[in-house]
Amino acid sequence: MSTTTTDLTALAAALRAAVGADRVLSDRQELRTYECDGLAQYKVVPALVALPADAAQCAAVVRACVAAGAPFVARGSGTGLSGGALPHADGVLIVTSQMRDILEVAPSDERAVVQPGVINLAVSRAANPHGWYYAPDPSSQQICSIGGNVAENSGGAHCLKYGFTTNHVTGVELVTPDGDRVRLGGRAPDAPGYDLLGAFVGSEGTLGIATEVTVRLTRLPESVRTLLAAFDSTDQAGAATSAIIAAGVVPAAVEMMDALAISAAEAAVHCGYPPGAGAVLIVELDGPEPEVAAQFDQVERLCRDNRAFEIRIAADDVERALFWKGRKSAFAAVGRISPDYIVQDGVIPRTALPEVLRRIGELSAERGIRVANVFHAGDGNLHPLVLFDAAVEGQTERAEEVSGAILDLCVRHGGSITGEHGVGMDKAKYMPRMFTADDLDTMQLLRCAFDPAGLANPGKVFPTPRLCGEVPGRRKGVHPAQEAGLAEVF
Amino acid sequence: MPADAILDRLRAAADGTTTTDGRHTDGLPSQAAAGRTDNPDGPEPVRPAGEQDAIAGVPARYVAMPRDTAQAAALLRAAAALDLAVTFRGGGTKQDWASPPRRLDLIVDTTALAGVVEHAAGDLITVVRAGTGLDALAAALAAAGQQLALDAPLPGGTVGGAVATNASGPRRMLYGTARDLLIGVTLVRADGVVAHAGGKVVKNVAGYDLGKLVTGAYGTLGLVTECAFRLHPLPAAAAYVTRRVDDAAEAGRLAGTVRAAQLVPAALEVDAPAGGGAAVTVLLEGTPAGVAARVEAAARLLGTDATAADQAPEGWGRYPWRDGDTGLKLTAALSGVPRLLADARAAADRHGVPLALRGSAGVGVLHAGVPGTAEPERVAGLVDALRAATAAVAGHAVVLTAPPTVRDRVDLWGPVDGLALMRRVKQRFDPDARLAPGRFVGGI
Repeated sequence: MSTTTTDLTALAAALRAAVGADRVLSDRQELRTYECDGLAQYKVVPALVALPADAAQCAAVVRACVAAGAPFVARGSGTGLSGGALPHADGVLIVTSQMRDILEVAPSDERAVVQPGVINLAVSRAANPHGWYYAPDPSSQQICSIGGNVAENSGGAHCLKYGFTTNHVTGVELVTPDGDRVRLGGRAPDAPGYDLLGAFVGSEGTLGIATEVTVRLTRLPESVRTLLAAFDSTDQAGAATSAIIAAGVVPAAVEMMDALAISAAEAAVHCGYPPGAGAVLIVELDGPEPEVAAQFDQVERLCRDNRAFEIRIAADDVERALFWKGRKSAFAAVGRISPDYIVQDGVIPRTALPEVLRRIGELSAERGIRVANVFHAGDGNLHPLVLFDAAVEGQTERAEEVSGAILDLCVRHGGSITGEHGVGMDKAKYMPRMFTADDLDTMQLLRCAFDPAGLANPGKVFPTPRLCGEVPGRRKGVHPAQEAGLAEVF
Repeated sequence: MPADAILDRLRAAADGTTTTDGRHTDGLPSQAAAGRTDNPDGPEPVRPAGEQDAIAGVPARYVAMPRDTAQAAALLRAAAALDLAVTFRGGGTKQDWASPPRRLDLIVDTTALAGVVEHAAGDLITVVRAGTGLDALAAALAAAGQQLALDAPLPGGTVGGAVATNASGPRRMLYGTARDLLIGVTLVRADGVVAHAGGKVVKNVAGYDLGKLVTGAYGTLGLVTECAFRLHPLPAAAAYVTRRVDDAAEAGRLAGTVRAAQLVPAALEVDAPAGGGAAVTVLLEGTPAGVAARVEAAARLLGTDATAADQAPEGWGRYPWRDGDTGLKLTAALSGVPRLLADARAAADRHGVPLALRGSAGVGVLHAGVPGTAEPERVAGLVDALRAATAAVAGHAVVLTAPPTVRDRVDLWGPVDGLALMRRVKQRFDPDARLAPGRFVGGI
């Protein structure tokens, strides 16, 4: 497909009519600002950018795209790590960051109603004075948007106990790929009919654009206690994690870093973790004070039983923040020890951790590519950081091989190719390793129901678009099979 | 085609399946299926329907009892080729729920499609076949100190039935509902194609979450044959703290007080029988020391005459109706729960109908029961009033079950947001409308 200049001019005019001239970008330099999301190795300059101010404008933009047969991609803060918000060269990037009002905080309903551009952390900040917070806490929570969280079904360090975005969104208003405004769910639970809300959350912008989100608020815990345990090896830290889970404890978070990740974090933020550690665990418990008190002693004992050589207990919020500082800065920190790196995101059954880590070590040694490991140990979500130097010939390719081999490991152990970053552009090609052609075909039945013309974020999630066939009474859109050469890989 | 020719075709389809799919567990033959050809005592895979084989009063012509996903797929492929209308049945505990199917030829009974495929205790997950009884599953998991934290309000139900009807009970307050616990699903489509979504790990965002789509879909999108669930440890201690009050609304207000405190209850229930009076009960789960301390805190919060017990109060987690009664699910924004309780009671008085209310005040879900002997016109009037009462608190009133005389007079589902999209989804998954046609919202 190629959009002619005439088409583009007409589309730009339609968008300006829909949202006003100041909310449409068509200048090449301005458009370049939006050429990538958080996964910067994919870059595509969009044909146009629209920044709707509200749901009505968002719907008008989508309708203009539908009328022109132009694909559109929604983008929140652009922090996604799978290229889910990578623009389409012939399409419109619809940026929701101007829709950033917290419409209501209703502690008595345990709900907040927000626009999609609202920053994740802002929801908790608004709810905190009332004694409540918004539980999903992706590492990017200071900048990522709720709309993006909904699209990606974002997780975070505390989802072991509290679940993911999908468990905390009770309603959305969305603009469908036809440009209709539809409400799903709301303040009350269990709306009658199909759980389209559950299908929509995590659909990566392929089923429509959320324009208003009703989220569940969670009571701020009475007590939070955090410990940091240092071990000689990841095997020991893994055994301690297993022992904690086996004891029936459900911590708010269990996070692990290996020696290389620790050294990167030390270099970057001087987190002061115990010297000589082959692995550190951060274990956080929260809840009613009597429960936390009873279980915290047990967790501490289980760490010692599994040969933790040093255990630190956070005395207050400041020390807790220090424990977390090393962990939360780990991705960026590897930039200090490597010119380039890939942040991988895969999931394994937690009990396979020792075996998978050994295999990652072997892969690393075989290819001469260092891998730093950071992970949500409680739920088996690995974030291997594959380090390389693009200036050295062959390293980029070898790093990508290692990164891909790690996903194969995850699938072979019954896990997933992504635990929280999403499939997006980056991992569509890996989907057939996890799902059969029939599985993917069936998922796309849902897509065809929402978006028969294939205009909403085409080329993401699925390696091969499904032909939706004719739907009586509907306009014929651009054939999905014509979508090709979507992105250049730099 | 003559009836016995159809039977032969279905039988041939059931006999000709041995496919396996190495990538997914569902292809493994179950123990029952492994002995299929050598086991003449096992249930026939396909038989003519008997008198008991009716769905909400609509008789079927044939009953199939597949023993694994492959056999179920072969049967549904044959049913598609023969243009048979199909309804799925698990334990049969909710067959009188929802609307009767417009058309029914074949019941696919899942009770032979049973058994735990995998229980990875260290990973807190299990994979089970859809026809597995919830009680049998609970017993199997308890041996490892674990549970599928999904309360079954009706005894005798299966895993698949609970998923298909999105059944839930008191502990949804802490653990969520089927949609939150289901991490992977295998389903057979209307055209007999087998599809999977999700997986065996709790954290997984690869692909669309079809598990949520089929949860609560009443078998109108496909047959769920296997489910992977997230598990929880069985709590070391549990206690119930109950306070009796004069009326339902007062119980609702007390529940609000408990929500705002730091008790983190596993359940927070209100029970207001038709005869008057009401009780609010808090279930606390955790460590022995923790629960003991929280019981004291709960009792302080609820009032001096609150009582603590190790055992659940009578009727706990059961619907407040019996077979043949009208049963509804009422939902509300949390702040609206006391008002809904008061309005529902007032509406019942106005219409001269006894109304029992019971449910999870802590999450905004109540169940309401009206005796089957009540005059249908009055019940229909009450349903309208309850629908208005729930709408006023941002909720819905759905009639889950009703005697035919009531069912004919009411809209079971009420207004449904997104219905046009739902029809499109149904059209894609079941273009010929052969799966439980007419049983779901909007005649889907």
